[in-house]
Amino acid sequence: MTGPNATGPNATGPNATGPNATGPDNDVSASAVRPPGETLVELAGLSVGYRQHGRLVPAVDDLSLVVAAGETVAVVGESGSGKTTAANAILGLLPSNGVVTAGRITLAGNDVTGASDRVLRQLRGPFVGLVPQDPMVGLNPTMRIGAQVGEAVRRRGVDRRLVPAEVREALERAGVDQPAMRARQYPNELSGGLRQRVLIAIALAGHPRLIVADEPTSALDVTVQRRILDHLASLVRESGTALLIITHDLGVAADRADRVVVMRRGRIVEQGGPREILLHPREDYTRHLISVAPALSHAGGVVPRHTTTATPVSAPLLRLDGVGKDFRLPRGGESRTFTALDDVSLTVHAGQTLGLVGESGSGKTTALRIAMGLEPPTRGRVWLDGTDITGASWSTLRPLRRRFQLVHQNPYSSLDPHFTVGQSIAEPLVSFRVGDRASRAARVRELLDQVALPVSYADRRPAELSGGQRQRVAIARALALSPELVFLDEPVSALDVSVQDQILTLLARLQDELGVGYLFVSHDLAVVAALAHQVAVLRNGRIVESGPAATVLTAPAQAHTRELLDAVPGQRFAADLAGATVRPPGETAPGPDAAGSGAAVGPSLKSESGAAVGLKG
Amino acid sequence: MPRYLAGRLAQALAVLWAAYTVVFVILHVLPSDPITLQLSAGGADISQLTPTQLHILKDRYGLDDPILTQYFHGLWNALHLDFGMSLTQNVTVGSLITDKVGSTLELTLVALPLMVIGGIGLAYLASYVQWRPARTLLARLPAVGVSLPQFFVGLLLIQAFSFSLHWFPATGEDGWRSLVLPAVTMSLLGAAMLAQLLIRSFADTWREPHIATARAKGLSRGTVQLRHVLRNASLPALTLLGILLGYTVTNAVVVESVFSRDGLGQLAQRAVLGQDVPLVQAIVLIAAAGFVVVNLLVDLLYTLLDPRVAAAARAG
Repeated sequence: MTGPNATGPNATGPNATGPNATGPDNDVSASAVRPPGETLVELAGLSVGYRQHGRLVPAVDDLSLVVAAGETVAVVGESGSGKTTAANAILGLLPSNGVVTAGRITLAGNDVTGASDRVLRQLRGPFVGLVPQDPMVGLNPTMRIGAQVGEAVRRRGVDRRLVPAEVREALERAGVDQPAMRARQYPNELSGGLRQRVLIAIALAGHPRLIVADEPTSALDVTVQRRILDHLASLVRESGTALLIITHDLGVAADRADRVVVMRRGRIVEQGGPREILLHPREDYTRHLISVAPALSHAGGVVPRHTTTATPVSAPLLRLDGVGKDFRLPRGGESRTFTALDDVSLTVHAGQTLGLVGESGSGKTTALRIAMGLEPPTRGRVWLDGTDITGASWSTLRPLRRRFQLVHQNPYSSLDPHFTVGQSIAEPLVSFRVGDRASRAARVRELLDQVALPVSYADRRPAELSGGQRQRVAIARALALSPELVFLDEPVSALDVSVQDQILTLLARLQDELGVGYLFVSHDLAVVAALAHQVAVLRNGRIVESGPAATVLTAPAQAHTRELLDAVPGQRFAADLAGATVRPPGETAPGPDAAGSGAAVGPSLKSESGAAVGLKG
Repeated sequence: MPRYLAGRLAQALAVLWAAYTVVFVILHVLPSDPITLQLSAGGADISQLTPTQLHILKDRYGLDDPILTQYFHGLWNALHLDFGMSLTQNVTVGSLITDKVGSTLELTLVALPLMVIGGIGLAYLASYVQWRPARTLLARLPAVGVSLPQFFVGLLLIQAFSFSLHWFPATGEDGWRSLVLPAVTMSLLGAAMLAQLLIRSFADTWREPHIATARAKGLSRGTVQLRHVLRNASLPALTLLGILLGYTVTNAVVVESVFSRDGLGQLAQRAVLGQDVPLVQAIVLIAAAGFVVVNLLVDLLYTLLDPRVAAAARAG
């Protein structure tokens, strides 16, 4: 691809802020980008690199960006696009090996390029606040919530006696229930969603003019993600704070931002209002991002890949029959139990995918563990291809394990860092004494080919691979023994949306070619839609709805399923668009399942996304 | 929490029992004749004794009894802190130990704070100082401390501070001045090991995501280090501290002989050389008890310092 900002020909575009920021037409383009309010942040031709082993590795290249008071700007890009580096540069939190090599950072009218930490620290808190990426690790584990929020309050010079009240207020504003009680708790006593709200409360407690939210919800369930982002957006609107959202998901950006900035490899590809970017993307890369955001590429609807509504007639490969699981509760001592699963019945058919959907805590992981024989059910039976494996011992289960394999959620931790890719893939073969050295090597080559990795990767180690490549290796390893059934435990939730799409396409292709059955566990219905023939929705350990994907995803009968569908990012934008352009006057706003009204916009988005195919891979 | 405490206590008792058993097995069952061993330790030669004399002697030390009786008899007595008579000195083991334990305890109680303050202080500085040469120097220092043998450090200190500067006495046990050099010697290795671990731990903690949250609040480096880094970084060092304290008797053997202090270490050394079985047994048990108690305290301290461990303790 050529320079990210096609600078010349398209003078109509509002995106010419790139390399020619000082050019003669700067005034025109800058005024197009520069919003009316007071300028809070201005990055001018910013380049940032990291010193590594004596070399300077560029991370951000010639980035120009303006955030004005009260506006919401979203920076969208894949991992490695430099978006987090840009955010850290604004906060003055670049790691010690990060160097600003060119350009200027202006905060509140002060040039702070290369300023000392002492100067920058004056701006953190009252001027700019941070909502960090991963709420599970974003809070000090050994400090009470109240004290952590209190630090941000005291930073404003609030009287010591008034701090507790202000802490409670900040927590309450961030949507934390029972703030007085929460303030006394430690982070480990809170769920991920609550921790993220506490982090938002910390950012708000400093009364900043700007909040930088770095992938604020990508570690959370879609439903929680939606609730929290909505809450953050409304707080920002009320208080007139500006918001800079960093995300890999164009859908998240489209739903909330006044302005979208697309970044790739440290440079701005294009920027503009969400409508311009999504309806008339000028760059192939933007089209590619649109095509992989599930809701955007289908104009607001979650569209299942498999449209058959017939129930398969073949004998089930895996059957869970009225399975229940109780856990003893630690506190209370007596016979108090927690029912993690209750009367769950599932079937997976050969060559088909069952999508098991639910929020965290719904029991999907427990169901998966029971299905794999890692945990005995309290009630019910588990059948594998007609054999009852309920409570089977390790040694009885062992020969059966050849027939079902697992792909883990996190490809960063599921591969042994000391093994080469080839060793990892061949390990199941070695473990089951399949073939000799030569035939195993041949099988590894064949598998690498199947997951579309170069054969030369067999000698590499996981550290040299990207997340998507690692997940391909994990898939190849799961397929090594030619299993009939593969358990997929959130296989794409740790990956960027664009990479998610590639992995899902790969999994679908492998199913077509090899006829393998999948039990696909995920919290994201959009992801499940890309693979599932059948869908079962779990909530509080019970199946609330199940059936063919085509039925459950397009005409959900249960409120909870609809809630999960509504949470898929990008829908609101697509629905707005559909409402604005197609909806005849008088008709009510289309729901997410109103595929009919959305379809009219569909083609324009879809045909453009089709052009981006060449970028995948 | 009471269940956690009870569990830990039961574990501690089990460790002590295991220590007693292992020592008993090694000293009584392994192929060497315990009678010869003990008689020769008592200064008698077995070949010059008549069978009657032998029998009387065996009877006196309870060596006639079946091995299991001896084991349970010994265990029962040990539970009552009765370790029998010393073979080399004609007094009870208990009185020998109460005589000597004070000196070693005194030394340890002075060395412990030195070790903790020295180790944490050095690591804190090495992590806080920004000027690169000083930072590097401070970070390398513990490696030197760890690599120096304790007796060598002791001799070096004696050379410098008693023979050249005449600040402190080289040997003896006479007031606080005589405690300084042995305590410093004893604490140095532990302090260096603690500092080595902590410097690493500080660096790791500074890279934790929650530190970015703290810095984004606008807190100064000093505040972040004191309020957010120190406690989290110290947690892994707690375990090491427990282990280091467990080596008190071992350390005392070296330090007490360098500085000619008459403590438990010296007593242990003499007991081993003289093959004084009851005395060795008692000292090993005391060392084990010290180790167990210290680690019990460390476990409890963990629940105070880390709410995650406390939560697990409440659950367990």
